[in-house]
Amino acid sequence: MRRIYMDHTAGMPVDERVLEAMMPYFTQKIGNVSSAHFFGNEARRAIDEARSKVAELIGAEKKEEIVFTSGGTESNNLAIKGVANRNKDKGNHIITSSIEHMSVVNTCKHLGKHGFKITSLPVDKYGIVDIEALKKEITDKTILVSTMYANGEIGTIEPIKEIGEIAHSKGAFLHVDAVAAAGQVPIDVQDENIDLLSLSSNDMYGPRGIGALYKKTGTRILPIIHGGGQERGLRSGTENLSGIVGMGKAAEIAKANMAAEAERLSRLRDKFIKGVVDKIPESYLNGHPTKRLPSNVNVRFSYIEGESLILSLDMEGVACSSGSACTSKTLEPSHVLLAIGLAHEDAHGSLLFTLGRQNTEEDIKYVLGLLPSIVKRLRAISPLTPKELVT
Amino acid sequence: MYTERVMEHFRNPRNMGEMPDADGVGTVGNPVCGDLMNIYIKVEDNKIADIKFKTFGCGAAIATSSMITELAKGKTLEEALKITRGNVAESLGGLPPIKMHCSNLAADGLHAAIEDYLKRKEAEK
Repeated sequence: MRRIYMDHTAGMPVDERVLEAMMPYFTQKIGNVSSAHFFGNEARRAIDEARSKVAELIGAEKKEEIVFTSGGTESNNLAIKGVANRNKDKGNHIITSSIEHMSVVNTCKHLGKHGFKITSLPVDKYGIVDIEALKKEITDKTILVSTMYANGEIGTIEPIKEIGEIAHSKGAFLHVDAVAAAGQVPIDVQDENIDLLSLSSNDMYGPRGIGALYKKTGTRILPIIHGGGQERGLRSGTENLSGIVGMGKAAEIAKANMAAEAERLSRLRDKFIKGVVDKIPESYLNGHPTKRLPSNVNVRFSYIEGESLILSLDMEGVACSSGSACTSKTLEPSHVLLAIGLAHEDAHGSLLFTLGRQNTEEDIKYVLGLLPSIVKRLRAISPLTPKELVT
Repeated sequence: MYTERVMEHFRNPRNMGEMPDADGVGTVGNPVCGDLMNIYIKVEDNKIADIKFKTFGCGAAIATSSMITELAKGKTLEEALKITRGNVAESLGGLPPIKMHCSNLAADGLHAAIEDYLKRKEAEK
């Protein structure tokens, strides 16, 4: 059976060139950067090079501003808990948004139980953070504003530079979760007023289990993992050498291909969205029509439920995901879809396709050929469907 | 995630559709939670002569609806009332634990349809 993978937000393949770059670091180049001998020097050079490549991807001033972690979740934890624990002398207020990744949501929730005051900003119907609310909520006690660069579920890209200006006007740091955005759209941490930025390697065709946190020089944070003082004391634990090399290579490739690939994917994305909305009655786009990640197609269909859509597409070889409760561990629909104002029953009917380098125009045509009949079949089974839609 | 039997019922649901002249209708679930099930029954000689369903929900919701119609068809009302959620899940070769409570509503739907029928009959007296 033809298999089409359109669930890149859930997991990405590792680029062949990345894998090739990593291989020697499993069996031959096996040094520990803390060692004074040849092997240690070799490892140190490899990590320095990878650090530079990651720094270049996001426009960091110095490579020393990159701290390698185990992935996006750890980076978000380190940034938020790190700022909170180090800046108690200034205040205890943290501002975040209502569409953040669970690793930000639950880290903030945890801090909320330990003496910090958390404000969650609303978003508009496209998922753009309410700037006026930020201006209203921020005070001299605010130590951190944490918002994502782009939302991985609905694809909306946030006005980070403006958010950063407001944060800095009150002396608060800006942390940005860029896991979904990095490698897809250009990021410039210096120009965009970013103090801390979370990255994940697998979300840009690198290996899993490795990520990074950009920490601008002068941003005061405390580590959350203590030990041998690796990564300038901010992330103890022996460096994941092959992972770091892989992430560096992935960052290098992403930077080189970004403009062309963003253009190609945006074209496919828009064709996909238009095809769905034109062909299927009562289908709608979730997220912003233009301020949107090139890879992201999130649509919803009234009267039916997302998991049964996923199963139906899977039977035809197409892999995607949904914000429906039935696909979550909590049995709640996606908090992102609820935050943009969708009713629960509409959030259940959402379908998320995240495109990648291997997807072609043929793939889009194939899925667009399948979807109308799948939606029609499930609507015929659903008691919610109005009579005129079942013919 | 699902057994082949669940997927088979999802692919080819049995007895799907409405029944305008039903003797009893059971509605369970809530679209807000992602599941809504209608079970329609026709009763003759104290037996379920015909049964149909319409369901909004996940794969498990649709498969359990389909399965309950197979389990209940031809049974006496007393027998049908004894069909449990566990029987439905068992007949499908099992359900993922998280689906046992949320989407496994079909037995409740059947019982609600029978109660509706009995209530209507009571009202006729």
